[in-house]
Amino acid sequence: MTQAIENNTLDIDELDRRIIMATQSGLPVVAEPYRQIADHLDIPTQLLMDRLNAMKQDHRIRRIGVVPNHYKLGYTANGMSVWDVDDAIINEVGEQLGQLDMVTHCYQRPRFLPEWSYNLFAMVHGHNHEEVLDKVDQIASLLGDKAHKHDILFSTKILKKTGLRLKDKG
Amino acid sequence: MDQLDKDIINTLQYDFPVCERPFARLAETLNSSEDELINRVQNMLDSGLLTRFGPMYNAVNMGGALSLCAMKVPEDQFDQITEQVNAFAEVAHNYQRDHEMNMWFVLATETQQDLNDTLNAIEKTTGISVYNMPKEKEFFVGLHFKA
Repeated sequence: MTQAIENNTLDIDELDRRIIMATQSGLPVVAEPYRQIADHLDIPTQLLMDRLNAMKQDHRIRRIGVVPNHYKLGYTANGMSVWDVDDAIINEVGEQLGQLDMVTHCYQRPRFLPEWSYNLFAMVHGHNHEEVLDKVDQIASLLGDKAHKHDILFSTKILKKTGLRLKDKG
Repeated sequence: MDQLDKDIINTLQYDFPVCERPFARLAETLNSSEDELINRVQNMLDSGLLTRFGPMYNAVNMGGALSLCAMKVPEDQFDQITEQVNAFAEVAHNYQRDHEMNMWFVLATETQQDLNDTLNAIEKTTGISVYNMPKEKEFFVGLHFKA
């Protein structure tokens, strides 16, 4: 079951901010990781877990888990597929794309007419260039006339890559 | 990478439990032991097979602003413009792509105002228009990478 996340922003209080600062670079790999963080913050473990669960609930946390290096897993090719879909059916189509294997991100974005008519972006990964092209062809067949046109943009060079970090406001 | 490593990757991409002894709980479903799982995850982090372990925060829902931006950069100015764009700390990722819009970068700032200011500054510095494409909606993805 997929669902869309609206772009609403939420206030974060001081404790949430401290929790984010303490965990945004990762959890310790120990038997009681939450306890270790809670001790560091000088708060009860249960309070930390409650706050983390609350942030999962309202999508400030997407999920808690691991991120594999997809290159090391053999997924060395990726293409940004872009689709021109009627706004009226974009939720349906976006959810359909999100369900597909190897689609790691799926977003609705604004068009810039007339030069850029694509409003749905899906990142497609594969073991090689051909696999990504095949996958995009499969998506095109699946969508049929729900997509007026599509394109795929392969990255030719990583120009910069740094992590997203919340700045310490002190 | 053996079957247990694959099972760990395939399981932990989705959900790491929030409880006192999460590895002990996972050991039950993965038919392993708490110590074994801790060793495996640490080893995979050390070897670079895993790049992260922990909560993935959603910058926009935390009050920050995030946007994907594109530019049409003339080929003969590409290196120079790359340097100018990358010099902005707010530029988190930047990729060259095989399209007329050949530079795609992600801007991450604490506020929407910072994002707008940065966009304007990039346009002023480079003399090139920026197509600002913030996400209007995000669709959850059903599957992650199969190890």
